[in-house]
Amino acid sequence: MVKESAKQNQQTLFIQHFDNEKNRFLSHYLSQMNGYAQARRVLTELTPDQVIEEVKKANIRGRGGAGFPMGMKWSFIPKNSEKPKYLVCNADESEPGTCKDRQIITYTPHVLIEGLLIGSYAIGCKHAYVYIRGEYVRETKILNEAIDEAYAKGFLGKKIFGTDYSLDITVHRGAGAYICGEETGLLNSLEGKRGEPRVKPPFPAISGAFSCPTAVNNVESIANVPHIMSMGGEAFAKLGKIDKSGGTRLISLSGHVKRPGVYEMQAGSLTLRQIIEELGGGILDDKKLKAVIPGGSSSPILTADEIDVVYDVEPLGKIGTMMGSAAIMVINEDTDLVKLLLRITKFYAHESCGQCTPCREGCHWMESILHKLIHGEAKVTDLDLLIDVAGNIGGKTLCALGDAAAMPVQSFLKKFRPEFEAYIKGQKRYA
Amino acid sequence: MEKHLSSKFYEAMKRLEPRYPNKKALILPALHQAQSEFGWLPKEVLAEIGEYIGVHAAQIREVASFYTMYNLKPVGKTHLKICTNVACCLRGADDLMDFAEKKLGIKCGETTPDGKFTLSEEECLGACTTAPAMMANDDYVENLDINRLNEYIEGVRHG
Repeated sequence: MVKESAKQNQQTLFIQHFDNEKNRFLSHYLSQMNGYAQARRVLTELTPDQVIEEVKKANIRGRGGAGFPMGMKWSFIPKNSEKPKYLVCNADESEPGTCKDRQIITYTPHVLIEGLLIGSYAIGCKHAYVYIRGEYVRETKILNEAIDEAYAKGFLGKKIFGTDYSLDITVHRGAGAYICGEETGLLNSLEGKRGEPRVKPPFPAISGAFSCPTAVNNVESIANVPHIMSMGGEAFAKLGKIDKSGGTRLISLSGHVKRPGVYEMQAGSLTLRQIIEELGGGILDDKKLKAVIPGGSSSPILTADEIDVVYDVEPLGKIGTMMGSAAIMVINEDTDLVKLLLRITKFYAHESCGQCTPCREGCHWMESILHKLIHGEAKVTDLDLLIDVAGNIGGKTLCALGDAAAMPVQSFLKKFRPEFEAYIKGQKRYA
Repeated sequence: MEKHLSSKFYEAMKRLEPRYPNKKALILPALHQAQSEFGWLPKEVLAEIGEYIGVHAAQIREVASFYTMYNLKPVGKTHLKICTNVACCLRGADDLMDFAEKKLGIKCGETTPDGKFTLSEEECLGACTTAPAMMANDDYVENLDINRLNEYIEGVRHG
């Protein structure tokens, strides 16, 4: 019997609107969600600094993966720069396992647009961009339709709400490259280049899109802004049940659970076990749990007895893994982890942009060792070689893709080494 | 130079021009628009985009070749892209790929001789909670199993 208790006690901001596709229309947003009321209040009554202060009080961490405090990110944008400033929304959503931003855009695109309007006003941006992954063709159409609705009502364009403030929003489609989720790769792609990450510093806050000061924020982060302004930063912070994490978190729960789906919880209010058992309904076909990838495919894997951990940034960090984009992938007892690691490594090898030698060469090298392994052609020293190669990628590249590729290899081998050795001893063969 | 791209392409670009601080930022939108007209990006089209943007054709190719969605070779009328990344893999994506290869009589990465289907392996589509999933041209097909995939292919064949 599935326990519903965890669900019922949760205060949520998003998922109650994820049930009806008609919610995406402006008429619904205005009549049922008090839409654009906060943007109107912000533009007519508050200064940009007051908005940034409120967002700082909200303790909202970025929802894209790195978890950087959002208010602080906005405060880095220089106020006196004569250059244009840009707010860029990262809707690339490409970390394997993650599919929450797609829900926000599909069901409540106007929350995102209102967030963009408030955020752009706060940092002094006149033209915001949404960089959306190319595969999201339908979501791009939905978002563009919502933007058109907002222009028609005067919520975008010139002299919004009768003020002197003007804003345009343009949706820019990617074209199938994981690395464009990395913010400087994304900016290069926006500028019409290959999506290769940049050398930092300078950071985007100083020199980002088109060499101008730029804040890059995830869809869910920006969509939280109208909620922060409506309930107040302090109340938003208190939604989180753990220090430094305000608000709620959208979780993408996939793999071997009975009820995969996008769920929402107050930050830090549930353990990984509660999420899997109470929200996800337990393991599919009542099999035994073997492992969990807790924060997108790059996050270090956990064993079945490590899941009594509060699902948030610090508690997961303490046990050597990470929350990332809050994408939980649940793995049952029948799964071949060697094969799964090969699949993950193949992904990073495919997506490495090729700029940095350790990542370009190392990812393919790891893939080829794992390939040898599952075909019974590896020696026991190859496992040490694998760990050595991973150790020589992590921390030695311009962007985090190198770490993302190294962490699964290191953690799978550390926690499930006997499965790898079984292939070497010939106890297991690739079917 | 002979023009290949339609007036619709140039009108779409005209509308987008004021939305970016420079013309180079139009390279990705231009490639998408051109591909929607031809299904892929022939050399002459890349050159024409270069001429419109004001950069050498090689620079357009350099950008286009970075992104997997731009087809630098012709593809079949229906391009099936089956996600085989972690979440889909845990839910049986490998079996779907095997089935599709047998059903279509081609290997992953190939096009059927009648030009109806191209079969590809896709990285994570962001449909992990409705896995396994695939794209068929611009559309997502989710919660797949072998029966649904079979029906889908049959539907395209006879549709």
